[in-house]
Amino acid sequence: MIQLDAVSWQAGAFRLENVSLTIPAGSYAVLMGRTGCGKTTLLEIICGLRRPHAGRVLIGERDVTHELPAARGIGYVPQDGALFPTFPVREQLAFALRLRHRPADEIAQRIAQLAAELDITALLDRLPQHLSGGERQRVALGRALAANPKVLVLDEPLSALDEELRDDLAALLKRVQREHGITALHITHSRAEAAQLADLRFRLAEGRVIEEP
Amino acid sequence: MTRPVARFSPFWSGLVLVTGLYLAFLVALLAATAAYTSPQHLWAALDSREIRYSIGLSLVTCTTSALLALLLAVPVGYLLARGRFLGKEWLDAALDIPIVLPPMVVGLCLLIFFQTPAGKMIESVIPFTYTVAGVVLAQFVIGAAFAVRTMRGVFDHLSSRPEDVAMTLGCSRGQAVWLVTLPAARRGMFAAFSIAWARSLGEFGPILVFAGATRMKTEVLPTSVFIELSVGRLEAAVAVSLLMVALALVVLVAVRLVGEKI
Repeated sequence: MIQLDAVSWQAGAFRLENVSLTIPAGSYAVLMGRTGCGKTTLLEIICGLRRPHAGRVLIGERDVTHELPAARGIGYVPQDGALFPTFPVREQLAFALRLRHRPADEIAQRIAQLAAELDITALLDRLPQHLSGGERQRVALGRALAANPKVLVLDEPLSALDEELRDDLAALLKRVQREHGITALHITHSRAEAAQLADLRFRLAEGRVIEEP
Repeated sequence: MTRPVARFSPFWSGLVLVTGLYLAFLVALLAATAAYTSPQHLWAALDSREIRYSIGLSLVTCTTSALLALLLAVPVGYLLARGRFLGKEWLDAALDIPIVLPPMVVGLCLLIFFQTPAGKMIESVIPFTYTVAGVVLAQFVIGAAFAVRTMRGVFDHLSSRPEDVAMTLGCSRGQAVWLVTLPAARRGMFAAFSIAWARSLGEFGPILVFAGATRMKTEVLPTSVFIELSVGRLEAAVAVSLLMVALALVVLVAVRLVGEKI
């Protein structure tokens, strides 16, 4: 479960005020809203990259408002993938597991499993600059899933892809979310994407979140 | 209908002419200096015990001061690029002080600082005034300002997003910078080191004032040019100058070649 309880945040004239939303465990939620309305800020608050001025963030039943991003157990897929520029794909996938000092054979096994699931086995030794947009997003997804997070947040992960690739990757996202039993929050501008993916739809406007039917 | 490509553009021709004239002037300067001396004079100068000491000291002090400058420039450049705090613009401007101060004044400031109680206390541990350590410090003050500026630009151009992702994957901020950002900044770090090194190689005013121009002690290559000129040995001064030109060109080419490969 992801829960925001009366979260407020302000920078200059921009503000989010008393934002509350609840995404039940195992649901795929889509958050829509106009450019610059604060969707990415909200994701960053959930991830712990920004601290809310007021309110609480809960992941599962746990209040993580004052926890560091590292302790929250959230998989984060930013808009452009934000792959580590000097890491080959294999090391991107291994990153979270190496930080947790997992044994080498377990890491190798997990990389092979993720690579097969996301169809990136042939890319394992490539650097990010040699990947296409769709490949980058698959790798970013694999990197976020490597440590088995219970929550996945995705910031317009399909926006830079062409239509055909977008449909394929959207289907992949839905399948992965279902198979892993993950609670997902996905930001998008696209109604079609929302229709394809969402169990729940939210809209952020004028600093407030409303649930859409 | 597409327009044909213009064969002659006064605008672009003007730009090419200005650039060409400037380049020709630079080449003429170097060619005139090179033509002034002969290989015999060059070898004779380089064979002198004092000049060889000065070459060795220049290489050691420039490398040391450039490494120190890089060690300072990485955290300060990162702070300026990523930090959000009150007075950031003032800090940014203050760090340019060594660049805008006249070089002699930098030397004088160093000399005066080490006469204060705080400076004397430091000198009781590491003597700087009129020593090799003073040469390194004088080079560091100027080189570090350029290295900081370079590293700030490098971090400004690197997205902070991968660092954010690394933090959600289990890193502390420090780990994310160390594991993700610094490897991506290695080309910029090499450029910052090289710029600091090249600036240190040509540093003269602060070294003269703060570390002196004592042969076989604090004599670096620019000091050698000054000493040789002051005693009327123009050929030796030219020979040392050419050596400095060669070293500067090596740095320039290395930055281009290695920078592209890293």
